[in-house]
Amino acid sequence: MTVTDTTEAVLAYDDVVAAYDPVLGLEVHVELNTATKMFCGCPTGFGAEPNTQVCPVCLGLPGALPVLNARGLESAIRIGLALNCEIASWCRFARKNYFYPDMPKNFQTSQYDEPIAFNGFLDVELDDGSTFRVEIERAHMEEDTGKSTHVGGATGRIHGADYSLVDYNRAGIPLIEIVTKPVEGAGERAPEIARAYVAALRDLLRALGVSDVRMEQGSLRCDANLSLRAKVPGAAPGSAEQRAVPLGTRSETKNVNSLRSVERAVRYEMTRHAARLAAGLKIVQETRHWHEDTGITTSGREKSDAEDYRYFPEPDLVPMSPDPAWVDELRGTLPEPPPQRRRRLQAEWGFADLEMRDLVNAGAVELVEATVAAGAAPAAARKWWSGELARRANADGVELAAMPVTPAQIAALQGLVDAGTLTDSLARQVLEGVLAGEGEPAEVVESRGLQVVSDDGALGAAVDRAIAENPDVADKVRSGKVAAVGALVGAVMKQMRGQADAAKVKALLTERLAPADSTTDVSTS
Amino acid sequence: MTGTTLPADLTRATAAGLAQALAAGDVSAVEVAQAHLDRIAAVDGTRDADGVATGRAVHAFLHVCAESALADAKAVDDARAAGQTLPALAGVPIAVKDVMATRGLPTTCGSRILQGWVPPYDATVVANIRAARMVVLGKTNMDEFAMGSSTEHSAYGPTRNPWDLDRIPGGSGGGSAASLAAFETPLATGTDTGGSIRQPASVTGTVGVKPTYGAVSRYGLVALASSLDQAGPCARTVLDTALLHQVMAGHDPMDSTSLTGEYPDVVAAARAGATGSLDGVTVGVVRELSGDGYQAGVLRRFEESLAVLTEAGAKVVEVSCPSFTVALAAYYLILPSEASSNLAKFDAMRYGLRVEPGGVAVPTAEQVMGATRAAGFGDEVKRRIILGTYALSSGYYDAYYGSAQKVRTLIQRDFAAAFGQADVLVSPTSPTTAFPLGDKLENPLAMYLQDVATIPANLAGVPGMSLPSGLADEDGLPVGLQILAPAGADDRLYRVGGALEAILTARWGGSVLDRVPDLSAALATAANGATR
Ligand SMILES: [Zn+2]
Repeated sequence: MTVTDTTEAVLAYDDVVAAYDPVLGLEVHVELNTATKMFCGCPTGFGAEPNTQVCPVCLGLPGALPVLNARGLESAIRIGLALNCEIASWCRFARKNYFYPDMPKNFQTSQYDEPIAFNGFLDVELDDGSTFRVEIERAHMEEDTGKSTHVGGATGRIHGADYSLVDYNRAGIPLIEIVTKPVEGAGERAPEIARAYVAALRDLLRALGVSDVRMEQGSLRCDANLSLRAKVPGAAPGSAEQRAVPLGTRSETKNVNSLRSVERAVRYEMTRHAARLAAGLKIVQETRHWHEDTGITTSGREKSDAEDYRYFPEPDLVPMSPDPAWVDELRGTLPEPPPQRRRRLQAEWGFADLEMRDLVNAGAVELVEATVAAGAAPAAARKWWSGELARRANADGVELAAMPVTPAQIAALQGLVDAGTLTDSLARQVLEGVLAGEGEPAEVVESRGLQVVSDDGALGAAVDRAIAENPDVADKVRSGKVAAVGALVGAVMKQMRGQADAAKVKALLTERLAPADSTTDVSTS
Repeated sequence: MTGTTLPADLTRATAAGLAQALAAGDVSAVEVAQAHLDRIAAVDGTRDADGVATGRAVHAFLHVCAESALADAKAVDDARAAGQTLPALAGVPIAVKDVMATRGLPTTCGSRILQGWVPPYDATVVANIRAARMVVLGKTNMDEFAMGSSTEHSAYGPTRNPWDLDRIPGGSGGGSAASLAAFETPLATGTDTGGSIRQPASVTGTVGVKPTYGAVSRYGLVALASSLDQAGPCARTVLDTALLHQVMAGHDPMDSTSLTGEYPDVVAAARAGATGSLDGVTVGVVRELSGDGYQAGVLRRFEESLAVLTEAGAKVVEVSCPSFTVALAAYYLILPSEASSNLAKFDAMRYGLRVEPGGVAVPTAEQVMGATRAAGFGDEVKRRIILGTYALSSGYYDAYYGSAQKVRTLIQRDFAAAFGQADVLVSPTSPTTAFPLGDKLENPLAMYLQDVATIPANLAGVPGMSLPSGLADEDGLPVGLQILAPAGADDRLYRVGGALEAILTARWGGSVLDRVPDLSAALATAANGATR
C-alpha cells in the first residue's frame, strides 16, 4: 500500500466557512481508573513491563470467561448521569467481531444498541464566555484492546513494519465511549467547539474522579468526525434551513492526543474537505491519522458503512438492570459541574479570568482549593501552584497533583512567609527540602537553618560593612539615585547568605544613606 | 476384604463401590488407578507421533497421563494412611473430556489448531475434581470443538463404539462415553451443547446428564456456543452419575452465568429413586419427540420404558410441545453464530498451531491467521463458522439470529406449559442406535438429526438425562431414554432415572453393559484383520 495523499490541497479557512457548513461528531474513549480491569482481576497501572498485567481472561485463553467489574458499571452510570443522560433500566454487552492481533479474542466486548446511558448533553464554555450545548448520543462500556508497536518501516504503522509487538497489559482496561450527536450550528467556531468540548469533558471526568484523563498517556482519546455541506446563503449556522441540507460524506480522524490537536485537526480537515469539494472531488469515507508534527492528516483504512462487526449480545455476561435506587444514590454523588464550580471559586478567590484559566489547564483548581482550606490566602496559593510547583512539575514531567507535597504543606509554608520567618527565596529552598522528603516545612527550616535573621545587630553590621565596601554606590544613593540601593541590598543578602528580609535591609540602607536634608526620623541606631 | 462387594476385576466396579472400598481400606487408590491404566493400555490402542489413532481399537483417549495419575493416587493413599478425612470420591479414577482446560495437561478439543497447547490453568470443573482428590487418567476424544455426533470429526481419528468397533460412539463426547462402556474408567466428564453428553450415553449404554444451564461452571470449558454449553457427568450407573454431578456443580464467581442459590441434592434423589417407587410422579410423553424418523427398535424400548414407569407408580400423560419441530433449525443458527465468534480467538498469534503461508517473504498477521485457520480447522468447523458468520451479518441478523432467539422463547414456553402438566418429560434420547462409522459423514443434515430430541433442552436451559432402556431388537445395540426436568429440578432426573434403572436391571439380571462384547476378542479379530 502506498501513501498517495500526504500533501493534499487545502483551502483558506475564511473561504471554507464562507462556502461550507461544518458538522462535527466526536467520539471520546475514556479509560476508567478502576483498580482492576473490566472483566478480570488484573491491575490497571500504567507503565508496567509489557505483558505482566495479564491473566487467562484478558489474554482470551480458550475457556476463560469475563466477569463484570462492578466499579466499572458504577463509573459508567455516574458519567452518564453527569452528562445528563438517561440510564438504561436494562441493557447488555455485545460482541464486536473483527480480527486484529491486539484483540486477544478477536472480538471486543462492547455495547451495541443497548448502551448504559443515552440522550444527554454537555454545556461547553467557549473562550468568549458563551456556552454551546453539545448533545450526547450515548455513553457505553467496553474493554480496551492491547497495544501494538510496529517495529521497522518508516511510519510506525503496521504497513511496512518488519514485525510487530503486542502488549496486552492494556487489553481489558475499562473504557467508556462517549459519542455526540451530530454537532450542528458550530459554523466557523467548529474547531474551537471541538477543543472546548473535549476540555469540558476532561474537566467533568476529572471532577467525577473516574479517570486520570491524561491525553498524552491515552487515558482520554478523541476521534473527530467531520463533514461539510454547502452553506445556505443568508442562513445562520444551525438554522432549520441549513439543517435541511443533507450531511456530506465524513472522515474520521483518529488518535488526536491533545486539546490543541483536536482544534488543529478539525480545522485541517475542514480545509482539506473544502478543497476537494471545491475541486469537484469526492470525500472518501475513511479513517485518517493525525500527525502532530506536520499538522496534517493522512489516509488510513477505508471505512464504509457496510463494515460488518457482526454484533450480537455477549452470551458470557448477564444483562444489567441497575436498581433505580442505586442510580439515585449515584446521582447524589455527582460533583458540582466544573464550569459552575469554577465560576464560584473564581468569585470567592477574586481571580482574573486568565489566572483562573491557567489554574484549570494546569489541573490545579482542587489543589488551590485545598491549600486555601488549609489556611493560605487564595492569591498565595495560586502563586505556588501555578508558579513554582507548575514549573517543577513540568520540568519533571509529572502531574501537578503527583508532586510529593500536600496542599497543607504549601499552606504551612506560606504561613511561615506570612509570619516573616521566611522570605520568598528561602521559602523556595524550604519547598525543595519538602519535595526531597526532608519533612514538614518547619522541620526543613530547622534542619537546613533557613529562617530569616531578624537580629538587628547582625543586620546592622552587615549593612555598615556593605556601605563601607561600596563607597561609590553609597554616594550615588546619598546623592538621590535611590535605584542604586539595589546593589547594596544584594551585597547585604550575599553576606547573610539570603537569610535576611530584603525589605528590612533596604529600609536600613535607606535610613543610613538618607540625604542630610532628609526629614526622616533617625532616632534609632 | 470386609463388607464390600468389589468385583475381582476392579475396572468392573462402580464409582460408588470403589469409593466405599477405598474408604474402608480394602483397596488402594494406586491399585485402582493401575487397573484402569492397564485396561486402557489393553483396549484403547495406539496413536502415531501426530496423535492420530492407529489400528482398530477404542481410541477413547487422546492423552493418558499415567504418571500423574499414579502420583495423585499415591498421594490419596498417603493422606488416608495419615488419617486425613478425604472427600467421598477420593482416589476414584476419572477421564476428562478434552474440551476442559487442564493445567499441565494438553487440551486440544480434538482440533489440530490446538495441538500442543498446555493450558496454564484448570477449568473450574477440573479444579473441583482435583479438590475432590479424584484421579485424572487422561483426556478423552471428541468431535473437533464439540461439533458433531460421532467423534468422526476429531482431527485425531474417531473413537470406536465398544459395542461394535465399526460403529460410532456418539458425539461430541464419544471418547468419554466409550471409555465408560470399555471399562477404562468408572467416571468421565462431558459437555452438552445440543446432546453431546446424552446422545453418546444413549448409543453406548451408559448414563449421562446435562445439568440445568448454569449449574456447572463453564469457566475453562473451551466454548462452542456459550448460551447452550453445559458440562455434566458421565458414568455407568445413575448413582455414580449423581456422585460426580455433585462434585462438578456449584456456584462459580468466575462464570457470570453460574447459578446462585439452593441446588438440589442429586445423590439423595438417586438413592430415593433406587427404591423403585414413583408414586405421585407424573411423566409427560412429548408427542413431537417420537414417531417418524425414529428406529423401530428404539420406539419399542421407549414404549417398554413407559410401561415400566407406570408399573413403578408413575402417571404417564401425553404432552405437546409444537415448537420443538423447529428447534433444530433455530439451534443451527444460534450455535454457529456463537461458535463463529468463540472460535475467532484461534489465530496463531498467542498459542496453538501457527502456519506461515507459502510464497510470501514477510507474511502479514492476516495472512498467517488465514493460513493457520485453513490448515488447523476441519471441514465441519469451517462449515459452522461460515454459517454463523453469515447468520450474524448485517442485513441477515434479524432474519436468522433474531428469529432463532424468538424460537428459543417459544420453546421455553412449550416447556413451561408441559411442566405444568408433568413433573418430568420423557422421549427416546436419539432416533437411532449407533450407526456405522462413515455412514453420515458426507451428509451433515442427517448427522444433525441425531440431536433432534436433545436440542430443545439446551435451547431452554433445562436439565436432561439419558440412561439405558435396553437393546434394540434389530441390531442388539443400546437404546437410551431421555428424561427432562424443569430448570433447577435436576434431582427429578435422578429420582425417575434411579427407579427405572432399578427395575430394568432387576428384570435383566444386571446392567446393560454386562452384555457389551468382550473387547479383547474383538481386538484380536482386529489384529487378524490388520494382518490380512
Ligand atoms: Zn486479566
